[in-house]
Amino acid sequence: MLEVRNISYQIRGQKLLNNVSFQAKPGELLAIVGANGAGKSTLLKLCTREIKPSGGTVNLLGKNLEGYAEKELALFRAVMPQQNAVVFPFLVSELVLMGRYPHFDFYPSEHDYQVAELALKKVGMWEFASRVFNTLSGGEQQRVQLARVLAQIWDASEGILFLDEPITGLDLLHQHQLLEIAREFTQKGFCVVVILHDLNLAAQYADQIVMLRAGHIEAIGTPQEVITVDTIQRVFNLAVWLVSHPELDCPMIVPQQHQFSEHN
Amino acid sequence: MDTLAVVRNPSLKTVSSPSSIKRSVNPWLMPALLAGLVATVVFSIGIGAVRVSSYEIGLIIARSFGYTVAVDPTKEAILLAIRLPRVCLAVLIGAGLAISGAAIQGLFRNPLADPGLIGISSGASLAAVTMIVLEVSFFQKLSGMLGLYALSVVAFSGACVTAFLVYRIARIAGKDIITTMLLTGIAINALSGALTGIMTYLATDEQLRNITFWSLGSLGGASWTSVLAILPFTIIALVGIPRLGKSLNLLALGESQASMLGVNLKLVKRQVILFSTLAVGTSVAVAGIIGFVGLVVPHLIRMGAGSDHRRVLTGSALGGAIILTLADSLSRTLVAPAELPIGILTALVGTPVFLWILVRERRRTLA
Repeated sequence: MLEVRNISYQIRGQKLLNNVSFQAKPGELLAIVGANGAGKSTLLKLCTREIKPSGGTVNLLGKNLEGYAEKELALFRAVMPQQNAVVFPFLVSELVLMGRYPHFDFYPSEHDYQVAELALKKVGMWEFASRVFNTLSGGEQQRVQLARVLAQIWDASEGILFLDEPITGLDLLHQHQLLEIAREFTQKGFCVVVILHDLNLAAQYADQIVMLRAGHIEAIGTPQEVITVDTIQRVFNLAVWLVSHPELDCPMIVPQQHQFSEHN
Repeated sequence: MDTLAVVRNPSLKTVSSPSSIKRSVNPWLMPALLAGLVATVVFSIGIGAVRVSSYEIGLIIARSFGYTVAVDPTKEAILLAIRLPRVCLAVLIGAGLAISGAAIQGLFRNPLADPGLIGISSGASLAAVTMIVLEVSFFQKLSGMLGLYALSVVAFSGACVTAFLVYRIARIAGKDIITTMLLTGIAINALSGALTGIMTYLATDEQLRNITFWSLGSLGGASWTSVLAILPFTIIALVGIPRLGKSLNLLALGESQASMLGVNLKLVKRQVILFSTLAVGTSVAVAGIIGFVGLVVPHLIRMGAGSDHRRVLTGSALGGAIILTLADSLSRTLVAPAELPIGILTALVGTPVFLWILVRERRRTLA
């Protein structure tokens, strides 16, 4: 579904991404992890055509990304940004309906209202529908924005969802709820690409992990293949213990003690 | 699917009122504004040195459509030749200024923006003032060709040139066009302020009176010809801008999100700037700079209609027409038989209203 081939990006002589390739299939949740400044957001922006690559290609549904019109893309691809500031005091319901804008000309149909309602219920924000978005807390705003991007591609047959650090500002319950919703959409045949900082969440929810270091792929594969003591040492410069999840077949990391202090 | 049960949000179970999504819209606002406009127009046509009752207005209009009814010929003449074109001009200019203000606030994602801010109005008045004072030979030729309308044409070209200049300079600056445009607009405004100042300094007494008209605004020069001159431009803006409502809503999410939702940013920016220049440029050309309408009216409408631009834009057009028509009636009756420049009136009333809105919004976000 999403195919990134030998993609590079440089700006003012500085190589931010170098020869990155990966594929994400329908029904797959792909997590991009890596240290700050490793090129995660740049990679996501290249995949969403916000910036153009200096080399390499991105294919979506077997067609070059450059070949799509914006309106075409908006019907099956949604992107949830890190920054979620909204200028005017829009209502939560109006904001979620904006996700349906690509699907109607001037007046939303009954179906669009229904989808907006379902999406708000999905993220547990339905009771907030008539509140003003700007008066909500950061985490609540984040969930409303999620409802908006879900509403956008709610009934696409093959949708693709990009989430840029979606769980920042969410409490423990809603972090898991968000990723659970993302995984539910992959079961409908969607592809979800998500930037995560929490390796344990990535290990628990992702089918495939792309681990970036300084603009290139350090490791790629299933959580078991990517999350190892060795790669984490190299990418994050952090010594960890690896334990197995009590319930699921995935690794969990626990940082080793006293690795920064003098008296270890 | 064990995990699903664990993480399901408990608040999902509480029942809330159905379809509160649709009920957020106040269905009476638009009809009320429309009725308000009709009432204002009738009131304004009637008021003045010679009072005309709404019944007489009805008769006179019926007569001009070919019915044979008896009317007072003096009143008919006053109404058709003086009052009616003036009210029509006020409606068109008010609607044009306010809808451009709303669109520009949406485009700049800044509730404090208005058409004056990106230099459209000051560019227009600078061009007019320069022509008045310098009496250049080119302008005299133009006057020979276009008569009284030469100044309007010059003012409108001034508006277009400044808008184009601001847009170009902002493009050179690169990525963040919108912020740069705002700042460029402020710079251009300061520059035209200074140049207009020089012109005022150089002007003779008679020219000064003429300049006052441009910098303070007046609908005193209204005639059917000026109404017809701005009608096509205002109509283009009034039809074109509301079509951008959805795109302007999405712009509130940020430029990148708007393009992710299928908005062609370049096209929307150009259209907003083009339509506002048409509406504001022509209005400055026939009536001078009338401030605060483009800034305050969209805020008032947002208070009643929410932030959805599909309602804010049309609402602002109606609200702007009402407010400018009322302001013009005041400006010609308050100190009758003299006239108060309408720009003074809109600023005197607009400033406290605007401050009140600011304080109110501050309080609400703090609460």
